[in-house]
Amino acid sequence: MYAYILRRLAWSVPFLFAASFLAFTIIQAPPGDYVESYAAKLEADGRQVDEVRLNSLRDRFGLDEPFLSQYWKWISGIAKGDFGLSFQWQQPVSELIGDRMILSVILATSTLLFTWAIALPIGILSAVRQYSWGDYFFSIIGFIGLATPNFLVALILMYVGVVYFGTNVTGLFSAEYVNAEWSWAKFLDLVKHLIIPVVIIGTSATASLIRIMRANLLDELYKPYVTTARAKGLSEFKTILKYPVRIALNPFASTIAWVFPQIISGSTVVAVVLSLPTVDPLMLDALLTQDMYLAGAFILMLSVMSIIGMIVSDIVLAMIDPRIRYR
Amino acid sequence: MTQQNLPADHPILEIKNLVTVFETRHGIFNAVDDVSLNLVPGETLCLVGESGSGKSVLSRSILQLVDRPGRIASGEILLHEAHPSSKTEQTRSLDLAKLEARSGVIRNIRGRDIGMIFQEPMSSLSPVHTIGSQITESLVLHEGLNKKAARDRVIEMLRRVEIPNPEKAIDQYPFEFSGGMRQRAMIAMALICNPKILIADEPTTALDVTIQAEILDLLNDLKKQNDMAILFITHDMGVVAEIADHVAVMRHGKVIENGNVQDVFDRPKHDYTKALLKSARDSQIPSPDRLAQRQVQPIGAPILEASNLRKEFYGKTGLLGMTQTTLVAVNDASFTLHEGETLGVVGESGSGKTTLARCIQRVHSIEAGQLHYTNRGGDRAEISQLNDAQLQPTWRDMRTVFQDPFASLNPRMSVSQIIGESLLLNGMTSPVDRRKRILELLDLVGLPSSALERYPHAFSGGQRQRISIARAIAPNPRIIIADEATSALDVSIRTQIMDLLQELQKELRLSYVFISHDLGLVRYFCDRVLVMFKGDIVESGDSETVCTQPTHDYTRALLSAVPITHPDQRGSRQRFRYENG
Repeated sequence: MYAYILRRLAWSVPFLFAASFLAFTIIQAPPGDYVESYAAKLEADGRQVDEVRLNSLRDRFGLDEPFLSQYWKWISGIAKGDFGLSFQWQQPVSELIGDRMILSVILATSTLLFTWAIALPIGILSAVRQYSWGDYFFSIIGFIGLATPNFLVALILMYVGVVYFGTNVTGLFSAEYVNAEWSWAKFLDLVKHLIIPVVIIGTSATASLIRIMRANLLDELYKPYVTTARAKGLSEFKTILKYPVRIALNPFASTIAWVFPQIISGSTVVAVVLSLPTVDPLMLDALLTQDMYLAGAFILMLSVMSIIGMIVSDIVLAMIDPRIRYR
Repeated sequence: MTQQNLPADHPILEIKNLVTVFETRHGIFNAVDDVSLNLVPGETLCLVGESGSGKSVLSRSILQLVDRPGRIASGEILLHEAHPSSKTEQTRSLDLAKLEARSGVIRNIRGRDIGMIFQEPMSSLSPVHTIGSQITESLVLHEGLNKKAARDRVIEMLRRVEIPNPEKAIDQYPFEFSGGMRQRAMIAMALICNPKILIADEPTTALDVTIQAEILDLLNDLKKQNDMAILFITHDMGVVAEIADHVAVMRHGKVIENGNVQDVFDRPKHDYTKALLKSARDSQIPSPDRLAQRQVQPIGAPILEASNLRKEFYGKTGLLGMTQTTLVAVNDASFTLHEGETLGVVGESGSGKTTLARCIQRVHSIEAGQLHYTNRGGDRAEISQLNDAQLQPTWRDMRTVFQDPFASLNPRMSVSQIIGESLLLNGMTSPVDRRKRILELLDLVGLPSSALERYPHAFSGGQRQRISIARAIAPNPRIIIADEATSALDVSIRTQIMDLLQELQKELRLSYVFISHDLGLVRYFCDRVLVMFKGDIVESGDSETVCTQPTHDYTRALLSAVPITHPDQRGSRQRFRYENG
């Protein structure tokens, strides 16, 4: 087991390097650089473009240097915790992302917990009572959930909230808490505001998880080892929970891998619609304005999150399934 | 029905007029139809029948384990709780047929009073729980033991079923065990609460003969030690001869013969029982048809000559997967196959039989050695290093019939597509010619022409194997490799398929490589035999000589494990295990 974990960790180092290189290549790929789009923006606004200032900007960020040395500057800065400066915000990238990141993590985690808490029991019920009234009911709800785009649900809920309840459902904090210090009251306010985004972002995931759980479990329910468990005298509830459900859960461990990158980019549209102060809208903005270091930081984080997610899911899989561990 | 043949004294379980039905769209189907049987402590009742005869459904009915849409429609299953040897005669009887499948009462009986073992020890054990956790469960449930005390009991039980190193084995997973060890673990699980009745549903069918022999001995010992009643389900009369005290023969849901093992073997009443006994006896003699045929049509010149074949498989281990491990699957194999000859390859699972077959067919690459094939024109060529394109003509001449007739036919292709595919690949492009040839082939393998447009699911196992054979002989090959082609079939069907193969050999002058784990079949069907053990050919020669005067210890061990054919022979055979690394 330890050898397995070590091996996975060792392999992640070259992957991380490759990912960072790729991230940098991608942000360099579009023609032009930030200074050019900045100049274009100034011109469009009808303002004077100061060549001297532009050149000093280029020098400062090393935009004229060869590709590899720019990469080296960037990656060695990151190793020291310096992600560079956002051109647009004129702030260090790490400061910009920091606060929003915490909220993103909170949002993603609560969405995940919500999804699992709802989807797993319903999936099990749908499989065990296949073709029952409940199975059909949840299947229909599930398909509707799958088919409805998230932003539509968000708009509908916003409308309902404002028109019928007179509350503003956007944002993650009420106005009085936005800049307040963390306190119990602020936390409760956050929880209150979380409910709607979590439901919106979680619906489609819940719906698909129900289908996956149902299908996985149906494959396992009629395996001989389930009969063996019944023949031992276990109750039906315990039989199903201890054996087929346990094995049907294995594929879920693999889904952990793509939960991690979703922290950053999983709910962009919804976050924009509901003006949530998470990292998603910031990333969209950075990509649109070619804010190179900010965008680079996001792309790198996405890759790192994917790699971490993969390692975590591999380790979890190995823990719950001995067949993988002993390979 | 024929209950008078059983000693009615003190049965512990009485099945009376049991009917278990399956409700399907096409109506009600009686899987178990008016069956009455008794189980007596300290005795083994063997329930014999083909697949689909209802024997498994019967065994599951006892514990209310029949999956939907099956249900018990009528009849009684009386479990007598106290042994009536105490003169008071205060036995409490419980009718299991009346219980709810999920009721606490039946759950208390499952595993505590009646234990059960299943056919597939791999799929019947959970792959992600340790052996220990799966066995301990019953003790915690039925005897309320704590984990610590239960663990000691489980280790003791594992020792009783002769699992080596039980202290370590208890924390291992099923996939770390061999097939035989898994079945021992399964037996330990069924017997951990000392049940009075054991139901064993084909527990040795998936095992090698040598392992089967050991498991049968173990069950017999445990029966005596615990004064247990065993209901043993099997389709193999040899197994019945080994262990049964009583025999019940089932067919189409009904018990057609029921009696003392001696009576059934000496004076079978029903024709079906007679046929079963005959096919069991066949495994003791070479096929008379084959011997007669060799008189008329003697074995010809060498067609395939292998010398010093070697096949290795590689795996990767170590911290970064850099260390290479090598498994020698076939080591230094040399043999010759002649025209019109049947060459048997026997050995246990993992001995390299199938790998050897794939090597001579050149589906696998060969690491070392030479392979000469002499084609129809008499040209002898080295084929061991040819590439796929160069092998095309050879592949047309060598075809395979696989073990599992359910898995080896594409369920989405009709019979004419299945057979026609290999004709098309071999250049028969005219649909009219193909159809004509397919009909000819169907006739050869004894299938009606109406089979043409039907799909594999419409056929029984035996018929499917006929389709496989038709597919194999379609391009007019010279060598057929039959890889356990009859192992998945019922005994009566097996004989028919072997006769068909024999007939085809006569008509088409085929050479067979017949892979089997069953020495009896090889003796019946093959002219010569190769005995394989862990990749090595340890003995080869005339099949009759090898079966009667084996020279290698492993062959002797294999022969000693082949079931006897009559209960009179019990104890006449000295069993021994071949131990060699």
